[in-house]
Amino acid sequence: MKVRVFVSLKDGVLDPQGKAVEHALHSLGFEGASGVRISRVVDLHVKAENAEAARKKGEEMARALLANEVIEDFHVEVVV
Amino acid sequence: MKTGIVVFPGTNRERDMAQAFRVVSGKTPQMLWHQQDNVDGLDLVVLPGGFSFGDYLRSGAMAAHSPIMKAVRRFAEKGGYVLGVCNGFQILTEAQMLPGALLRNAGMRFLSQDCHLKVEGRDSIFTSGWNHGDVFRAPMAHGDGNYTAAPDVLDRLEGEGRVAFRYCTAEGHVKDGDEHVNMNGSARSIAGVLSENRRVCGLMPHPENLTEEILGGTDGLPLFTGIMEALG
Repeated sequence: MKVRVFVSLKDGVLDPQGKAVEHALHSLGFEGASGVRISRVVDLHVKAENAEAARKKGEEMARALLANEVIEDFHVEVVV
Repeated sequence: MKTGIVVFPGTNRERDMAQAFRVVSGKTPQMLWHQQDNVDGLDLVVLPGGFSFGDYLRSGAMAAHSPIMKAVRRFAEKGGYVLGVCNGFQILTEAQMLPGALLRNAGMRFLSQDCHLKVEGRDSIFTSGWNHGDVFRAPMAHGDGNYTAAPDVLDRLEGEGRVAFRYCTAEGHVKDGDEHVNMNGSARSIAGVLSENRRVCGLMPHPENLTEEILGGTDGLPLFTGIMEALG
């Protein structure tokens, strides 16, 4: 089963990369762009009985390694 | 004193670290490969700088889960001394052996230059080579050195004297918002922290690279003399 883990910086944690991209967008003429934040998506396959079990496995993996909960939030979707 | 230096794939400061210990103790530390599952018989384990596992995912994330880190954690829980410099500090936060995390530098640039540090940690062998409030120069070389932690964690670190080192001017002034002083944007200018039992220390700059006159100075030497005096 395919699982997709979204990892993003927590609200309030500075994202210098997002800021740099925002500046670049402005210089390209997209003056309205604001609040740019860069996140990470991890796709993976797991062996699981059903979608719920697959999602749980994805969450376990996020907690163990894929996300650092000191600075990042995550959520997991089962892609089918 | 028996010192072990952990080498991960991508570690590149292990020899500098070994040389610094050789300078103060005359003894050559043992190199420990990351797949080793014990660190028995050592007094101090050092996690040196570099780019372990290519800094993939997050700096230090992969190394934090390698076999040797389980052993280092057990070692620390039994009261062993652990020092993490640069990537080693990142690994210690990823392993949750030290609080907080190290984000991308606020200015987005890799910083390779000297900085000044103020010694603030109390009751620790990692700061005992200096007097409280001393200022010293240290080289830094990192892309992810922007220390962050929840405000209550920062308060606790400060209240318990567990901020080991802070970025400051050559005169010892701490200026959180000044990018020429607190160059990577660290919360409260924190450059290094201590664990609750004060036996685990992590810092971003590299005192080991200023330990002999031929390197341009001996400003970083007190880190090593302090450790050696304590551990013999």
